[in-house]
Parts: sequence; C-alpha cells; structure tokens
Amino acid sequence: MLDKNGIAKRIAREVKDGMYVNLGIGIPTLVANYIPEGINVELQSENGILGMGPFPFEGEEDADLINAGKQTVTLLDGASIFDSAMSFGMIRAQKVHLTILGAMEVSETGDIANWKIPGKMVKGMGGAMDLVASAKNIIVAMQHVNKAGESKLLPKCELPLTGIRCVKKIVTELAVLDVLPEGGFRLLERAPGVSVEDIKKATAGKLIVEGEIPEMVI
Amino acid sequence: MINKVVANAEEALKGIEDGMTIMVGGFGLCGIPENSIQALIKKGTKNLTCISNNAGVDDFGLGLLLQTKQIKKMISSYVGENAEFERQMLSGELEVDLVPQGTLATRCMMAGYGIPFFPTPAGVGTEVAIGKQLINWKGRDYLMEEAFEAEFAIVKAWKGDAAGNLIFKSTARNFNQPMSMGGKITIAEVEELVPLGQLPPDQIHTPGIYVHRIFQGEKYEKRIEQRTVRKK
Repeated sequence: MLDKNGIAKRIAREVKDGMYVNLGIGIPTLVANYIPEGINVELQSENGILGMGPFPFEGEEDADLINAGKQTVTLLDGASIFDSAMSFGMIRAQKVHLTILGAMEVSETGDIANWKIPGKMVKGMGGAMDLVASAKNIIVAMQHVNKAGESKLLPKCELPLTGIRCVKKIVTELAVLDVLPEGGFRLLERAPGVSVEDIKKATAGKLIVEGEIPEMVI
Repeated sequence: MINKVVANAEEALKGIEDGMTIMVGGFGLCGIPENSIQALIKKGTKNLTCISNNAGVDDFGLGLLLQTKQIKKMISSYVGENAEFERQMLSGELEVDLVPQGTLATRCMMAGYGIPFFPTPAGVGTEVAIGKQLINWKGRDYLMEEAFEAEFAIVKAWKGDAAGNLIFKSTARNFNQPMSMGGKITIAEVEELVPLGQLPPDQIHTPGIYVHRIFQGEKYEKRIEQRTVRKK
C-alpha cells in the first residue's frame, strides 16, 4: 500500500519531457518533488504563472508572488507571469497538457466530485471546474476508500459533480487504473503488497481485470 | 493627455452607493486594493454586491467589509478562509454565488472587450449549469456565461500614470488586470504614481482608456496568507 508520497512518486512517472503541467493542492503538489532528472516540464499555477519554482528561502518571500494555493513561491529562469483570464485561456485552449488533482469520488464513466459536501461549509470550486472541463489529460490522486472503508471509485458519483466524463487515469494507495471511454476502471498496476482481490473489494464501480496485473515500479 | 488623477481613496470612491455591484481585484490577499477597502469602510456604503475571487480573511481584505456587514452578496470562486464569512453565509445574511475561477476572470475581461456572453465547457453537467443556456458546438457542450456588469471596478496596480496606464507586479496581476477593464468606472490605486512618459508604452498591461480614476495608495501592508519557505 502506498502513502501520499508513494502516490506522488508513481504519478511523477506519468509526467513526460516537454509537458506544461498544472498541479492541484495536496498530493498533486508533492508530485513536483519526484519529477525525474532530465525531464523538463513547466509548472502552471492558475493565478498566473508558468515556470513556477520552489518555495523561497526564509526572508526572501514576496507577498506579490504566490501560487494558486496562496503560498509564497519563486520563479525559475524563463518563467512568465500573466493575468488570471489569460491563465484560464491557456487551460481552456488545452495548451496545458496535464492536470493532476485530488478527488473525493470518481465514477466509472470518468465523472469527478471534489468540491462540495452537502451539509458542510462550501468553500467553492476555485479553478477545478475549468481545469477538468478542458484538460486533455487528467490524472486523479486519491484514496481508494474513505475513512469508513467505503469505496470512492463508484458506478456513479454521489457528491455534487465538478465535471463529467473527464478523468483518464487514477492513482490510489492500492492501484493505478485507467478510466475507459466506454465506462469502467481498467486495472493497470497493483501497489506493493496489494492483491487483485484487495482492489476488487475496494472498488464499487465496474472493475476490469485483464491478464496478469503487474506490481507498480516506483 | 486626459488627467485621471484624484487626491485620495475618498475622492476615488465618489458615486459608489448602497446596493451597487463592484469588482474588487486581487487573488487571496495578493494585490488587493487595501486603501480603497479602508475608505469603503469609512464611507459605510451598504448592501454591496462584490465580484471578487476570494473574500479575504477575518481581519483583512474584503473580510473587513464583511465584519461591518456592508456586503449583501459575494460572487467568487473560492471563499472559506474566513469565519465571519461562514457565519453570515450559514445564517442567510450573506448571499453567495460561486463561479468557476476561469469563468469569473473571463466574465470580468469580457466586459472590457464588449463581448456580452461566451461559451465555456466549465461546469457542464454540474449544478453550475442550472438555469443556464447549454449549446452544442461541433459535438461538444458549452454553458453560455454572461459578461459582468459592475458599476465600479476597484483594482490595485504597481505603477500608474496620470493617463490611467497601469503596470502590475508579479502575480498581483491576477484578477486586477481583467477587472481593470471591466468596470463602468474603474478606480485604480497604485503603489507608485509616476510622471507621464515614464511607463514604457510597450510594457503597459492596462491602457488608460479603461481607467477613470487613479491615486497613489497611502500605505501597503501586503499581508501574506500562506508563508511557505525553505531553509537556506
């Protein structure tokens, strides 16, 4: 079974040279720490940065330079700054190749719910609806089951939706899965020490298992 | 050259009345028009509808106008960093319209481009689509979203001149640039009001035609919401 950093490490292997990538808050942010040497990517932050760098050194933080999580950040050489309308313009126009974000639920048809729990304080969708509606490739980093042990990979989402038919790939603490265009979670890899049976038990939506399922290489 | 300079925030805010809709620039606490917000509190204008990506924190930004109960409605993409906001929303004192962030930025910008509505895939199939026109274009569904109509836009820039030309600094450009184009009357407060001719025309982010009133802010606290650093 993977921890949060393990999920981030596995997702980092999906990041290819030359990609523009938007990382959501939480596990997706950790992915930046595991992008292999020699893979050149530019991180986009939807408030208006391309070429976002690491956190600043103590004492060098700048109130005017933050990321979409409102954290102080730095710029790498070659970075650019733009306004938020242009930022979502490049997202809508699919110039950003890959979006990695978290989810509360994903359905077997690729619907995603990650912004609202009825009865709880609603903070808003931020840029998530724009990102999932437009990204060419969306990878979701999430827990396979909730704290009560119930599956979060469902036939149909129960929570209010963020977007429909958009998720392409999911990495959880148990598995890597594709979401097929015709519907269904296709099992690609097992986490170390996890069996196909474990994954079947943790998946409420339609799970497709074809042939031998390899263990993940991290 | 048409002179847009006003003496201070009080003079800049003339004409903002109870019940009006205003755009307020910034993302989180980054690039918010601090001086204008203070002046709005002093002015005491009530029942405002604020179009702003966020609602500040309890004791800074638009959170201050929530404390004084001057805001009737927020149109935002992400709120919640603010206990008073939560209290007013749950008690029904405050109306909240949540809009996807890209749609929000674009609806501000469109007002400055004279584009009345635009189709976007953001929100298709979600509760954001309720009550909106859906169109199918080349096999894909889009929601029709309208340009905002705001009586005033209040933005904060880094440098500006008497002609109303603006240059923003770093990620404080955020919503300030699209909103600077989007108000029927745009008020810009700047860190530095420079003499005409000092801003390179090639580097201006918002041309002065969009800006009606400009002043240099008295002081800027520039509070940081999430101070994240690494060790040297």
